[in-house]
Amino acid sequence: MMASWTEKLIPTPARSVMLFVVWLLLNNSLAPVHLVAATILALAIPLITASFRDKHTPFTHWRLALLYLLKVLGDIVLANVQVIRIVLGPNRLLRPGFVMVPLELRGALPLSILACTVSLTPGTVSAEILPYQNDPNEDVGERFLLIHVLDLADEAALMREIKQRYEQPLQEMFGC
Amino acid sequence: MSGIEWLIAALVLIGAVFVLLGSVALVKLPDFYTRLHGPTKATTLGLGSLVLASMVFFNFVQNELSLQQLLIALFLFITAPVTAYMLIKAGMHQKVTAIEVTKNQHLMQASGKKPAP
Repeated sequence: MMASWTEKLIPTPARSVMLFVVWLLLNNSLAPVHLVAATILALAIPLITASFRDKHTPFTHWRLALLYLLKVLGDIVLANVQVIRIVLGPNRLLRPGFVMVPLELRGALPLSILACTVSLTPGTVSAEILPYQNDPNEDVGERFLLIHVLDLADEAALMREIKQRYEQPLQEMFGC
Repeated sequence: MSGIEWLIAALVLIGAVFVLLGSVALVKLPDFYTRLHGPTKATTLGLGSLVLASMVFFNFVQNELSLQQLLIALFLFITAPVTAYMLIKAGMHQKVTAIEVTKNQHLMQASGKKPAP
């Protein structure tokens, strides 16, 4: 009985912890007032917004997530240097293009993380996840990520890199 | 100038350069789709570097614990890709033309179509 009672009061512990920490960071203080306010918000917001949430793939691999985060941060730095080089070069050397990457990844949350990662890293911006669907968790068969590439030299190599570098770790992380 | 101050100066300078180059990309690149690349990447790293400089300054020079700047970085990393995604999607729906050398332009038309029943 005890477990279900806490589950009802704190349906999403990780989100509550995050709200708590973010509130304290916003105020930049550990004064009792802010601690109380943070606790109230951390308890109330998940309860109020419960009906807006989709069911997510359960997620437990924190170590993998941390490694992924560090890798992406490193890639962001490299990506910037690359983009700067392209930007400073003459426009006629640009080789932009669209690429359709077939995805094995499933689920709304992993797909959004992948799309955001692709947008933040080397010369690529994710444009759309195809095919179009209303319910993000509905199974529509094969999925594609449409991306725009600033400097498209080798399509196959780019696809391989996205799949190996970002999709595979996400698949491991979410077990799908 | 102490080592810490040199570090802060370097971080601020690097940040400013990247933000500037992000804006340069916005002006210089030839079409809507390539222009999107500047603000999503260069600006993220530039602001990240500025935020880091601010954290180093407050924590080590002013000697007060200040982690607020982490929030700026967090929100930036969440919002930048989403903005880019919405802009490029809107661009494709409005059939904004890409420059001619763009490869695989037919893929733009695949956007927004519902799956066949």
